[in-house]
Amino acid sequence: MRGGCESRLTINEETGEKMAQVKAPKPSALATPHPARTAPAAVTAPAGQEMTGAQAVVKSLEMAGATDVFGLPGGTILPTYDPLMDSTQLRHILVRHEQGAGHAAEGYAHATGRPGVCIATSGPGATNLVTPIADANMDSIPLVAITGQVGASMIGTDAFQEADIVGITQPITKHNVLVTDPNEIPKAIAEAFYIATHGRPGPVLVDIAKSAQQETMNFVWPERIDLPGFNSGARPHAKTVQEAARLLATARRPVLYVGGGVIRSGASAGLRKLTDLSGAAVVTTLMARGALPDSHPQHLGMPGMHGTVAAVAALQKADLVVALGARFDDRVTGKLESFAPHATIVHADIDPAEIGKNRAVDVPIVGDLKDVFEALVPALAAEHQQHGRPDLEAWWAQLDDWRSTYGLGYTPTDDGLSSPQHVIQRLGEISGPETIFTAGVGQHQMWASQFIKYERPNSWINSGGLGTMGFSVPAAMGAKVGDPDRTVWAIDGDGCFQMTNQELVTCAINEIPIKVAIVNNSSLGMVRQWQTLFYDKRYSNTDLHTGHGTKRIPDFVKLAEAMGCAGLRCESDADVDATIKRAMEINDQPVVVDFTVSRDAMVWPMVAAGTSNDEIQYARGIAPEWDRGEEE
Amino acid sequence: MTTHTLSVLVENKPGVLARVSGLFSRRAFNIKSLAVGETEYPEISRITVVVDVDELPLEQVTKQLNKLVHVLKIVELEPDKSVQRDLLLIKVRADARQRADVLQIVDLFRAHVVDVATDSLVIEAVGSREKLEALLAALKPHDIREIVQSGTVAIGRGPRSITERAFERVSA
Repeated sequence: MRGGCESRLTINEETGEKMAQVKAPKPSALATPHPARTAPAAVTAPAGQEMTGAQAVVKSLEMAGATDVFGLPGGTILPTYDPLMDSTQLRHILVRHEQGAGHAAEGYAHATGRPGVCIATSGPGATNLVTPIADANMDSIPLVAITGQVGASMIGTDAFQEADIVGITQPITKHNVLVTDPNEIPKAIAEAFYIATHGRPGPVLVDIAKSAQQETMNFVWPERIDLPGFNSGARPHAKTVQEAARLLATARRPVLYVGGGVIRSGASAGLRKLTDLSGAAVVTTLMARGALPDSHPQHLGMPGMHGTVAAVAALQKADLVVALGARFDDRVTGKLESFAPHATIVHADIDPAEIGKNRAVDVPIVGDLKDVFEALVPALAAEHQQHGRPDLEAWWAQLDDWRSTYGLGYTPTDDGLSSPQHVIQRLGEISGPETIFTAGVGQHQMWASQFIKYERPNSWINSGGLGTMGFSVPAAMGAKVGDPDRTVWAIDGDGCFQMTNQELVTCAINEIPIKVAIVNNSSLGMVRQWQTLFYDKRYSNTDLHTGHGTKRIPDFVKLAEAMGCAGLRCESDADVDATIKRAMEINDQPVVVDFTVSRDAMVWPMVAAGTSNDEIQYARGIAPEWDRGEEE
Repeated sequence: MTTHTLSVLVENKPGVLARVSGLFSRRAFNIKSLAVGETEYPEISRITVVVDVDELPLEQVTKQLNKLVHVLKIVELEPDKSVQRDLLLIKVRADARQRADVLQIVDLFRAHVVDVATDSLVIEAVGSREKLEALLAALKPHDIREIVQSGTVAIGRGPRSITERAFERVSA
């Protein structure tokens, strides 16, 4: 049964069958469209070239199309760094910490859509990649991590700098492999790129024993990828697409719940068409900001814990939710049992395992979002032709009312210091929609998601699923390397910034002129917000002493200058615009701006963790009208 | 919670068993039994997993298993449409006086004695879990010194082979 994985139960004889989708033809330099092999690979493959395993690693990365790699050498990867020096295709950027290499590769992948590559040595080098790998796994970022491993004969002996990185990263990679035979290197790297980029993207780790790098091998680049158990994605099932179209044509309160899958699939154009044709309300999750322009009149903003009232309310009151590359994450659904209680659920995703994982689904569609839109838009047009367009007037009157009554906003601060929201909003307005913004995790991230208007996909890069503090500076570095013509602003918190700012040295030395806006509230702001709300204002271990009226340790301006960057400071609302403009003019080196802001500003609206979306508060103690009993 | 028997066909590659069992343990599922071995095709191994789990989480873990690159195919074997067998080896203390009693039980259960010493026997029994439990219960009055059980292995009834098509893929 083709497309069988769309059915609710996948484990019977028929649907356990993965073959139906395995060889779904997808044009790729690596894959031939037809599974049938005419001759053993060895016969058709070109005659091999003799070289060392290390040279094979470099050549394989080149063959896979990599141009920029982020890494840091060490004992067991040393052999590979020697031929790497001679590669004209590969630009290696020497980071100051392997975590930076991993996040840079993520930022690179996020900005360009091409797989990011990071390289580290064994043991601590490899374990320093664990956080970015886990991050890429949660946010479906195509990432290839190459690690050195101790020599094959020493594996398992607790050798110097030995760590079982394949074992460690097994639960957080899409796939990983240990290579001890140098002849396996090209195949392992070719497969890593293929797996990372096909189907739902994700991280793949290739761990290569030092001995394999040193030995001589016969280089044969695989002409095609032969992974019989790998499912790169089904084509959307015509029947379920038809059913989804019928629902969209007849629903009275439809919402498109757009997730990061739309961005990964590069399906924004299709989303735009479906939005315009359906007339439905659209919400874009934290991972999907920019998938539909914020300026689009049907766009209600971000749903979830810190989403707009309109977006949250729309989902709660919807009679149809069409989830597109989204995964019903707890930060979106709130208390799952009360999420979108009146809605029929259509769920389209490339990963069948997402369907029905958190929320039972009425109409499952497995497929690449691009293909889904391609099928769904004409199917919906046909429905309209037959039954006319649905009357959504009452729905939009309601949505517009929520939008105008509970628009995004913030209250001025009491302490005379800048509002962080103002700083971030002005950054967005002055720098404009062509900019790439990255963020760390916490209040500044939420404000950056709320108060910057995103008009295009891949302009917003952040750590959504894992919530990795310290993501923004290295991710910005990677994004700038991948897309050097764009302005890249890393919006960071003073907490996050102190985790990974060493990569500014990398940026300064390698002439990667990113801009960093530290939204400095002198504390771990989001944790502090929760302490304010839920822990009786007992601020346990959230004071960082970096802001206004403190010892300012570290002094971010001096720190920036010490790392070869321009350092600016802005301490009042009056100076915000001028400081941003000043930073925009500096393009020959990285810039760090220390915006000292009020520490009492909070992120609103908010749905407290574990509570229902119906409990959303517009601001502290202010619940919107809609949750008070007016039911359908 | 109900008991499910899954046959997981995997490429015979290092670390596959750890990946498969890891997916169960990560979701806090208790694997009741696990058996692994090569199939008629040396390229393919077959893992038989018996697990106590509800329908919905089982569906999720199956889907996750399907995502593993080296997993070729997963089939749930229904008890009434498959043959499911365990192997049990039991060491019983039995001197000349008790031996006849023990041997009678062995005969009743169509088990075999595979080792004899002056005061002990090793019994080999093959059967369904229920049969083996009954055998153990019957032997309980005797002095059981040691028990070792294999995981359940299971095969579907009828002419169809689940390995054939998986093999076509591997060898395509």
